[in-house]
Amino acid sequence: MYEGVVQDLIDELGRLPGVGPKSAQRIAFHLLQSDPVDVRRLVSALTEVTEKVRFCSVCGNVSADDLCRICRDERRDVSVLCVVEEPKDVVAIEKTREFRGRYHVLGGAISPIEGVGPDDLRIKELLTRLADGAIGEIILATDPNLEGEATATYLARLLKPLGLRVTRLASGLPVGGDLEYADELTLGRAFEGRRLLDV
Amino acid sequence: MHVTHLSLSDFRSYAAVELPLEGGVSALIGPNGQGKTNLVEAIGYVASLSSHRVPADAPLVRIGAPRAVIRTAIAKAGRDSLVELEITPGAANRARVNRAPVPRPREVLGMLRTVLFAPEDLGLVKGDPDGRRRFTDDLLVARAPRFAGVRAEVERVLKQRNALLKSAGASIRSGRGDVRTLDVWDSHLATAGAELLAGRLHLVHLLQPLVRQAYREVSGGQGEARIDYRSSLGEDITVDTPPAERSRDLLAARMLEALARVRPRELERGVSLVGPHRDDLVLQLDFGGTQPSPGGSGALVPAKGYASHGESWSYALALRLASYELLRADTSGDGDGEPVLILDDVFAELDTGRRRRLAELVAGAEQVLITAAVPDDVPQLLEGARIDVMGGEVRRVR
Ligand SMILES: Nc1ncnc2c1ncn2[C@@H]1O[C@H](COP(=O)(O)OP(=O)(O)OP(=O)(O)O)[C@@H](O)[C@H]1O
Ligand SMILES: [Mg+2]
Ligand SMILES: [Zn+2]
Repeated sequence: MYEGVVQDLIDELGRLPGVGPKSAQRIAFHLLQSDPVDVRRLVSALTEVTEKVRFCSVCGNVSADDLCRICRDERRDVSVLCVVEEPKDVVAIEKTREFRGRYHVLGGAISPIEGVGPDDLRIKELLTRLADGAIGEIILATDPNLEGEATATYLARLLKPLGLRVTRLASGLPVGGDLEYADELTLGRAFEGRRLLDV
Repeated sequence: MHVTHLSLSDFRSYAAVELPLEGGVSALIGPNGQGKTNLVEAIGYVASLSSHRVPADAPLVRIGAPRAVIRTAIAKAGRDSLVELEITPGAANRARVNRAPVPRPREVLGMLRTVLFAPEDLGLVKGDPDGRRRFTDDLLVARAPRFAGVRAEVERVLKQRNALLKSAGASIRSGRGDVRTLDVWDSHLATAGAELLAGRLHLVHLLQPLVRQAYREVSGGQGEARIDYRSSLGEDITVDTPPAERSRDLLAARMLEALARVRPRELERGVSLVGPHRDDLVLQLDFGGTQPSPGGSGALVPAKGYASHGESWSYALALRLASYELLRADTSGDGDGEPVLILDDVFAELDTGRRRRLAELVAGAEQVLITAAVPDDVPQLLEGARIDVMGGEVRRVR
């Protein structure tokens, strides 16, 4: 144990995802030995995110204003909605430049082990957005793991009666990876989801 | 295939050890507690990514060390490969194949196959269904590594589903909760569970004649061994069900039906009551006419409870020998499916007849690794290389 404030800092750092006690200690001592100007820059970045960044009132993505950049952008296709788990998924999909519609961030996936049920996700907000009938297609882009699949199944069943087109991202082989290194389940599913090549 | 070299760092009692090996029989000899089983346990771990002795990885790492490393050089289908595993309890294990890291340790499944006989095998016959399910699934994975993913998925679904049954059970029963999430987990359990079930049924179907044959050869006595599969979905699902009637889709539909049927009870008890985790590999002995059968009718009796100690051993050996035959005959992949046979301390458990017959049955295998406390425990027929294991040192003496 270290003296008061130093230990407080280590404890706080240790609560961050992916930071164990050892790393927390290393980061703390790194900060103590850094140029105070650098540390203050970090402090002000932290202060700014806590004060200024909020969540978009429509889609739930991180945003500097009440509406995020994407929800404000009139050029985006309002008829297609892509449902993701986390704001970082929005960033990943935006990078592909393939998708021109808007997003809905659930804030997680169904996982009874972690006590997360449908009520803990932004599903009510999703249904509200669908009420005016402007949205014709929903793309379920939750993670291709068990919890993400379960969430997609849940949503698909919930949305089906509404007469929307509900699609799921193809869970296939990672592009750029070697076939031989694809895990068996992915490869198995890729075989099942194989399509006819029209030549 | 066979292992040409084993090298350990901080695995079990070994800080560091190098063990060159060759095809044929090698006996590891040394007094109790000197580290013989630790060596073969490491080889088994490379093949199955689990220990035959402990369910968790922590005991595999030398006390006080942060991680263990197992390196094995394998000669398979005329080619050499090097598989390295780094075991770090509490963190993700890592693997390298021919010095190149692979994304996940699971990728090494299939590179080495072993069939390991151990004193614990008696538990297959005398113990709980759990051990028999593990036997079946381990063999399934050895034959088709794809099933490692299926098995993991079933386990994960069950954990999630049980958590939901426990937390939401009360509210759903009183009509307040949301049954739709449970429906979702039902369908995931049905899909993954049916895949595992179909795999097991096919496997047991293939294994059935091999076990009967092996039991005949090793027991040298009366009675025939008959293995079957008991599914929690219903008695009509057996290994004799024609493949068309036990397709994955049909089994998944059956599982959904069964789940709907038991739902009230599941909500009450907070556990999943149907699925592959409730099934059993049924081991029976058929004394067809040669002996008066207990109960009067039918000559088929469960091995557990009826088989003598020696018969139980014969059964356990027959399950392992049948596994060996099944894997050996499998020419998928590079055509070299023959597993390394590991006999950990088994001869000491057997009477003279069984010893001799087991020795005859394994003598011709490509590689046989035997551990024994005293040289006399190794049958004459299996004379080969001898390696003395003493206080963490290994020394080739013959
Ligand atoms: N994680 C560990 N760290 C250090 N030592 C360990 C560890 N796990 C087991 N051991 C030691 O390894 C030894 C057991 O080795 P092993 O089981 O290979 O013995 P053996 O030679 O097969 O003996 P036996 O003839 O009784 O079966 C014991 O002394 C045990 O204390
Ligand atoms: Mg031993
Ligand atoms: Zn938005």
